[in-house]
Amino acid sequence: MSIALIALMPFIGALFPGLLIRSGRDVAALACGTATLIALIGLVIHAPAVLAGEVLTSRIEWVPQLGLAANFRLDGLGLLFGLLILGIGLLIIAYARAYLSDRDESGRFFTYLMLFQGAMMGIVLSDNILLLLIFWELTSLSSFLLIGFRKETEAGRRGARMALTVTGMGGLAMIAGMLLLGSIAGSYELSDILTQREAVQASPMYLPALLLILLGAFTKSAQFPFHFWLPHAMAAPTPVSAYLHSATMVKAGIFVMARLWPVLSGTPEWFWLVTGAGLVTMLLGAAVAVFRDDLKDLLAYSTVSHLGLITMLLGFGTREAAIAAVFHIINHATFKAALFMTAGIIDHETGTRSIARLGGLMRLMPIVFTIGTIAALSMAGVPPLNGFLSKELMLEEAAHTSFGGPHVLMVLATFAAMLSVCYSLRFIWQVFMGPKRTDYPLKPHDPGFGLWASPALLAVLVILIGLAPQVMAGWLVEASASAVTQEALHPHLALWHGVTPALMMSGIALIGGVILLALQPRLLAIRNSFRRPDAKTIFEALVNACVGLAQKLTDGLTNGSMARSLAAMTLMVVICGTWAFSSGQLSALDRPMLPIQPVALIGWFLVVVATVCLIFWHRNRVLSLIMVGIIGLIVSGCFVYLSAPDLALTQISVEVVTVILLLLALNFLPGHSPVESGDLRRGWHVFIATLAGLAIGGLSYAVLRSDFAFAPISGYMLANSHDLGGGDNVVNVILVDFRGYDTFGEITVLGIAALTIFALTETLIRGASLRRLADWISGRSRAGDQDPLMLVVASRIILPMSLMVAMFIFLRGHNQPGGGFVAGLIVSVALVLQYIGSGLVWTEARQRVPYHGLIGAGVLAAGITGLGAWFAGKPFLTSAFGYVKLPGLEEFELASAMGFDLGVFLCVVGAVMLALNSLSRIAQKARQSIASEGGL
Amino acid sequence: MELLVSSAIGLLTAAGIYLVLRQRSFPVVLGMTLLSYAINVFLFATGRLVVNAPPVLQKGVTTYTDPLPQALVLTAIVISFGMTAVVVVMAIGSFLEGGDDRIDMPEADRIPETGDTQRGPRA
Repeated sequence: MSIALIALMPFIGALFPGLLIRSGRDVAALACGTATLIALIGLVIHAPAVLAGEVLTSRIEWVPQLGLAANFRLDGLGLLFGLLILGIGLLIIAYARAYLSDRDESGRFFTYLMLFQGAMMGIVLSDNILLLLIFWELTSLSSFLLIGFRKETEAGRRGARMALTVTGMGGLAMIAGMLLLGSIAGSYELSDILTQREAVQASPMYLPALLLILLGAFTKSAQFPFHFWLPHAMAAPTPVSAYLHSATMVKAGIFVMARLWPVLSGTPEWFWLVTGAGLVTMLLGAAVAVFRDDLKDLLAYSTVSHLGLITMLLGFGTREAAIAAVFHIINHATFKAALFMTAGIIDHETGTRSIARLGGLMRLMPIVFTIGTIAALSMAGVPPLNGFLSKELMLEEAAHTSFGGPHVLMVLATFAAMLSVCYSLRFIWQVFMGPKRTDYPLKPHDPGFGLWASPALLAVLVILIGLAPQVMAGWLVEASASAVTQEALHPHLALWHGVTPALMMSGIALIGGVILLALQPRLLAIRNSFRRPDAKTIFEALVNACVGLAQKLTDGLTNGSMARSLAAMTLMVVICGTWAFSSGQLSALDRPMLPIQPVALIGWFLVVVATVCLIFWHRNRVLSLIMVGIIGLIVSGCFVYLSAPDLALTQISVEVVTVILLLLALNFLPGHSPVESGDLRRGWHVFIATLAGLAIGGLSYAVLRSDFAFAPISGYMLANSHDLGGGDNVVNVILVDFRGYDTFGEITVLGIAALTIFALTETLIRGASLRRLADWISGRSRAGDQDPLMLVVASRIILPMSLMVAMFIFLRGHNQPGGGFVAGLIVSVALVLQYIGSGLVWTEARQRVPYHGLIGAGVLAAGITGLGAWFAGKPFLTSAFGYVKLPGLEEFELASAMGFDLGVFLCVVGAVMLALNSLSRIAQKARQSIASEGGL
Repeated sequence: MELLVSSAIGLLTAAGIYLVLRQRSFPVVLGMTLLSYAINVFLFATGRLVVNAPPVLQKGVTTYTDPLPQALVLTAIVISFGMTAVVVVMAIGSFLEGGDDRIDMPEADRIPETGDTQRGPRA
């Protein structure tokens, strides 16, 4: 079975619960279990090869330009985590089937669970660190869904949000760290990175990369000071807690530290950061766990503590510590999953998880008592259970590692072990022992086999690994520790090592733990009399402060006044632009200026006068429109003067349709803008406008006076326009050939804009707006002569002439100024003239092609012309041309670009006409409405 | 000549921005039209100013102006018409639906400056 397929199997499994939702919980569980089992079998098949020291890979190229490949690898470490994720996953699925009730949406639950399982498998089997990051983010997202599964409860939502915020933030840091690591190592493949230890540690970017990666790992693995999200994640249903917090989610951070151990570890930075964080977390978690009342809380903090222990061992950076770390990963997963499931059963059967309301369950629930006791004793580190073995190894390492002083670690580790004994025994003592009570919320009794089978199996493993560690787990520890250290290690695990310092520390811890347990009620009272900083309150205050700040900023900038937002944006653009401009290198402003001809000066003068008049008269809307028309005219003149005949033709015809459009619009809008802003506000606006004008003017001047920084790409277009595009008008050839794809997009946008106008108009000419429109129109004076005869006659004579001119401009466009855009605009102007001269009704009656159709036909024609190139084996929109000689005519050229230009032409005519026609239709409707009301 | 063109661009930009900052929809539309002129001329001018050298190939002529900015600006002019038309119809729509042609959100719909406790992830 391919490694990639093993990683993907859970995702395939995730599809089933959704599909089988009607078949109920059992079928969904069976489907997920089957998918998990198949993946597990796939993994086991590969196990012998991996144990022999092979690294199995499967490679799929994805985005090679980015160094991103979907490469998967399976080595000892992957095998260890894969077995845990899939094995415990299988048990959790079985347990959840019995745990969930019919009221729970089990389809959703199992889908999330499988998604999460797949994401975890992806992390542990990725060979590419970018791929690993993707799966890493997926675990954050899917665990968010799982923790917030009970979305109707406040605690569920809050816990899920907190977990996502913390682990998501860490994930972002991790992305940055991994990218740094990849760029140092020169590859994003783990296989390459793991061999680059010297290069990575010598790099100046080692520390930033280390800090960022550790930030990701610490947040995920709930290391101090990011530990607080884990207890709040206990709002999840217990099967989720058992899965996320024993074998998977929180172990992802540990996994990354173990995975990158060969590259990152061994430096003082690594030692102090990782060991320090692990040590603090171990002590803090254990100390809090001693006092928690909620069973799941107790287990959550003990998880925090054990994760700290593993982190600390990885921080030591020695081979022996790595062996102890991977061994403890196995042991912790087994006893902690069993304990969470036990807690879930107690909750399920008694109706409470509060230790204060429990006690005396030993006789009522003997099976659960047995399982819980075995697992808890293992957590306490009592021989001959597996927890004892790895704790011994840990104490052994701590005893001869110097941390600030020779005995500091020894003392602190023993103390943590003592606390661990205390809370573990508390779990047994205060829940199962003592007298039977009469006030349990429910009547407790042992649950059915389905619920206790999974924890029982784990409890058996706890004992077996404890009794025969070398047979049960030696092979796995050997393979995974070798993978972590990238050296062939042969650890020997045994129950009895003789009387060692570690054994004595264990003994002290056991005795101390029992004494602590006896003192626990009194210590609790002392603890409760102090005010303690609450991580949740701090976190929420921090989040709310951020939200408040963002909200203040947003509300300050966008309070509903458009002028305010636009002013802020303009200022920001000017500031950023000035900054960028001043920090860049400006080339010398020594391009010679063109001499100023009198005609240019006149044009400039007209623009200035028209603009100033426009500003002063802008409240009179018709007058201001005339000024805009003048400016547009001069702009076209400027294009003529400066060697851009195509632009001039386009600008002047667009000018005509724009002015007509705005005149039509003024039909429905007030003719005058009242004075509203105060002097101060207007002065402020004048200031901003002046600033922006100076900035843009200065920028233009700087551009115009400096030479090109590098040769413009249009040299190629000028050189090849005739030979490749078959046309002499280079602008037109660029439009229909070199940059044909752009033009294709642009005519599509134009068509969509026109259709939007049509749709908006449709909503305006019915209902309440129509009535308001009719009232508004009827109150206004209208021209005395609706269809002046002179205009009617002139416009009708002009129509065929205009069409002729348009055709001429269209045909010559490839070689002379002109083309589809200009021809389309000319036809539109001619048609609009008919509307103006003869009225909408007369024109509509004679004009039978719908404008929507023209737009569609235009886009289609352009598209089909483009597709035609495929049949010649060329890319989309490659043009072809040839010269044809017909009898009696000069030789002329036929180019496929003409088909494309025809599309442009049709689209422009359709879009312009649809826009103007829509506005006329509003007027027409309003008049009809008035007429019908008048008739009644 | 360069001075004339860049000062005209600056003037059109300033006038356009001033009009865009007005309260009513029609001046805003006119302001956007002025901004379109300014930006189109600016983009066109990035090909530098050349007189009497249109980018139409002719025998014996070797100097041409840069055709690429022209082609880009040509479509921009047509698109800006489409944009103006959409905004105009929206302005008419808001005038007919809302009763006036102000562009700001009505006072009643605005969020109070003091901060709204209903929003944000507060539990």
